[in-house]
Amino acid sequence: MNDHAHAEEAHAGASVGTNLAIWIGLVAITGLEVFLAYEELQPTLMLTILIGLSLVKAAMIMSYFMHLKFERFSLVLWLVPAMIFCIAMMMIFFFTEAYWGMGLRPH
Amino acid sequence: MHDVKTDAALDSAWSGGASPFAMGSKKLGMWLFIVSDTLTFSALLITYTYSRITNPDWPKPFPMNPAIIFSTTMTVVLLASSLTMVMAVMAAQRNDRKKTVLWMIATMAGGLTFMALHLREWFHLFEEGATITHNPWGTPLFGAVFFGVTGMHMTHVLIGVIYLGIVATGYGRGKFSAEDVEVNGLYWHFVDLVWMFVFPLVYLMSVKY
Repeated sequence: MNDHAHAEEAHAGASVGTNLAIWIGLVAITGLEVFLAYEELQPTLMLTILIGLSLVKAAMIMSYFMHLKFERFSLVLWLVPAMIFCIAMMMIFFFTEAYWGMGLRPH
Repeated sequence: MHDVKTDAALDSAWSGGASPFAMGSKKLGMWLFIVSDTLTFSALLITYTYSRITNPDWPKPFPMNPAIIFSTTMTVVLLASSLTMVMAVMAAQRNDRKKTVLWMIATMAGGLTFMALHLREWFHLFEEGATITHNPWGTPLFGAVFFGVTGMHMTHVLIGVIYLGIVATGYGRGKFSAEDVEVNGLYWHFVDLVWMFVFPLVYLMSVKY
């Protein structure tokens, strides 16, 4: 691929309207999170829901604002699995120990 | 002189003559920095969340007014600053230097507003006696991890505002390219992204009913 084609590929991206829609979606999810915070759910259930919503927001930001959706897929494959693996390694004892701490594991 | 087959090989992504990811080294470098910084914040947030979940007497010092109202406003301001950064990158790609600089100034204003609100929230906690080594509501871990996580994030926001100022000035004077603005944007969106985890884990998991 020549330089001109590289430049064309780099310039491809979402329109202003799409980015605005993503922003409205992010604000709406934030509102939902604040609403859920007052529902007095069990901490582990609350944590699971909030992390899930945050991952959705992170995916929206990375895909559209950070342009990852419009980059080559090889970049995603290079960066994301290694990052997830490292975070998973950090959390290797998180669920067993944290849930034990909440008294949810028989001991 | 190359034949067609050789030309095709040189033109392939892994020939060494072109980036396999179709991007410049600055942008690739920023992506690598973002991955490494993600791991730093992950370690901090996992530590915070572990402490939060395993301590039944974890304090809930964040009432609706001012803490949750402030932190929700901060989240919306930071998201808005990401949108203005997107507009700056789009303007830079059109070579519209004036609009690029204006959108970057708007992004800096968002960052500074975020910091002002966050410092106000910090001073509110100081007034109640919370510091990095002391917690008036119970487990002393709270102060250390709360100020550790939010302080680390605010440092990134401050660096981001300075970085935006340098790139906006340079781009306005024609010293920096559109790619520099885009790389700056990646950093700013990352700071925004991290807050999307700090806000629910630190504030919303400890609201005062």
